[in-house]
Amino acid sequence: MTAYIFRRLLQTVGLLFFLSVILFGLVNAAPGGPITAYAGRRPRPEKIAQLKRQFGLDQPLPTQYLYWLIGNDWTTIDSNGDGIKDSAGLRKGVLRGDFGFSYRTRKPVLEEIQSRLPNTVYLMSVTMLVALLIAIPLGVYSAVKQYSSFDFFATTFSFAGQAIPEFWLGLIFIIVFYAWLKNPWTGEPLLPSGGISSLGSEFSLSDRLAHLILPVVTGMLGWIAWYSRFIRSSLLEILPLNYLRSARARGLTERTVVLKHALSNALIPIVTLIALDLPYIFTGAVLTETVFAWPGMGRLYYQAAIDRDYPLLLAVLIIGAAFIILCNLIADILYAYLDPRVRYE
Amino acid sequence: MIPQPSEFSIAIWKRFTRHRGAIIGMVIISLIILLCIFAFLSPFNPEKSSLAEKLLPPSPAHLLGTDALGRDLLTRILYGGRISLTVGGIAVAISLLIGVPIGALAGYYGGKIDSILMRITDAFLSLPSFLVLILLAAILREVELPIFQRNSVLTISLVIGALSWMTFARLVRAAFLTLREMDYVSASRALGASDRRIMLGHILPNGIGVVIVEATLQLGYAIIQEAGLSFLNFGIQQPTPSWGNLIYAAQSHFTKYPWLAIFPGIAIFLTIVSVNYIGDGLRDAFDPYKVMEKVGEWT
Repeated sequence: MTAYIFRRLLQTVGLLFFLSVILFGLVNAAPGGPITAYAGRRPRPEKIAQLKRQFGLDQPLPTQYLYWLIGNDWTTIDSNGDGIKDSAGLRKGVLRGDFGFSYRTRKPVLEEIQSRLPNTVYLMSVTMLVALLIAIPLGVYSAVKQYSSFDFFATTFSFAGQAIPEFWLGLIFIIVFYAWLKNPWTGEPLLPSGGISSLGSEFSLSDRLAHLILPVVTGMLGWIAWYSRFIRSSLLEILPLNYLRSARARGLTERTVVLKHALSNALIPIVTLIALDLPYIFTGAVLTETVFAWPGMGRLYYQAAIDRDYPLLLAVLIIGAAFIILCNLIADILYAYLDPRVRYE
Repeated sequence: MIPQPSEFSIAIWKRFTRHRGAIIGMVIISLIILLCIFAFLSPFNPEKSSLAEKLLPPSPAHLLGTDALGRDLLTRILYGGRISLTVGGIAVAISLLIGVPIGALAGYYGGKIDSILMRITDAFLSLPSFLVLILLAAILREVELPIFQRNSVLTISLVIGALSWMTFARLVRAAFLTLREMDYVSASRALGASDRRIMLGHILPNGIGVVIVEATLQLGYAIIQEAGLSFLNFGIQQPTPSWGNLIYAAQSHFTKYPWLAIFPGIAIFLTIVSVNYIGDGLRDAFDPYKVMEKVGEWT
């Protein structure tokens, strides 16, 4: 197992290197970038050339990639763009945890990410947790009562939940709970239309919760649909097995059989599924965050795409990909750990 | 033994029609497609504004109301449906064109070819796909390309298709891995059939079921991706309507004029639900074990 994990980690490094080359090439192949952001609408050619030298964009692409990866503090760069290499570079490179500066805010990319990440982790973990708390009982009950009207209702709901565009659902919720329904005592909108908390007010738990409800409900419907369907089919595969029949024969109640003996095995694939979905806690949900003006990673990325803030886009993509690959590995290891029949060489 | 194509399709069709949801889905999606095709019968122009009639609520004259430029919303939704459904269709065609050959080659030849192709598939699978979709759309907005014009239907479809072929590659590879060991394949090889002939003529037709099911589900997925992209204003641009950009346009005053946001979303929802039910029905139809499950002992 250790050898297996080690080999997978090595593959991860290779895969990330490959992805970073492609993404870097893609991002830098595009016109625009910092030049249009800084040079104004009708820049003079000299101004453009100077900016290019300042940002190191006059260098060949492989050199630019090298500077991005390992930094340029070991060589001299043209810091004021006058065509003379005058001072040592300041960048440390991605390998030493420096993802460069945001073109838009001129702050380090990692600082930008750190300021947004907690908000996304907060929203996404609450969303996924609530979704699981609803989806597990829903899936179990629907499997036990297969083809009952409850099962029919739950299956239909799950089909619907996967088909609703979340950004549209978010808008509908805002129409209903912000524009139409009013708080009977104060006459204000029942729920806020967006943001993580009321502007300029002191921290209060109820205010935080009020802001959390709509984004969580919007985001969780898709997850509930996805997980409950999976739990239902996973349990349906297990319920006819002989070990459960013998458990019943020994006089265990149906409740014990399902909740203790069947569910513990049915949840194995669910656990790995959750591990595979964990990267969303980092990348967030762009659409939900946009609808509810939630200051998280998704909106940071969206804004960066509008501004063509390439260092920021690249950092989010690379870190996101690293998360996905690692979570894949964790899922595989968990699977082998939870299910003794699975063995990796 | 392989059944005759006609008998086989009849059997599939019979199983498919037993799925109630799939039939309802078929009816709804056919209606939507017909309405979109005959959108030109509408007395209103989808792109020409008439400011005298702006932001009217639904009424007998304008069944779903009008937008901020006085254009009939129903007409725009139907023309938008043409765009959204076309994007979905082309995107799935593109991902089929990439995914099926990759999966077929990997599964049929195995060895080095397999491991290289599957590594590439893994690389694509480890990307946060919606974020890359936004990046590609943002980049392609800036570049002049000969066929793939900015924000055109073809460009958006290409971007969506290029990021969703991986499931096809995996499914086709798995099918080829098992089917290539079958006796009938060895027999046709012994008779001197070329690799190409064996792959296209003998193996692919027997693995086509999973591909069709997946293509149906991907169609819904592609439509929802286009809608999301256009909602972020990275997709199809105004004045050309698409279901996503209609909702994007509605955003600025949707609490006062809610119909602008509600109706395009219902169109998306109905389409996706129908497509998913059809996919579910097809899966049951192509899966012989599914039929047995319903008479299983455990109830």
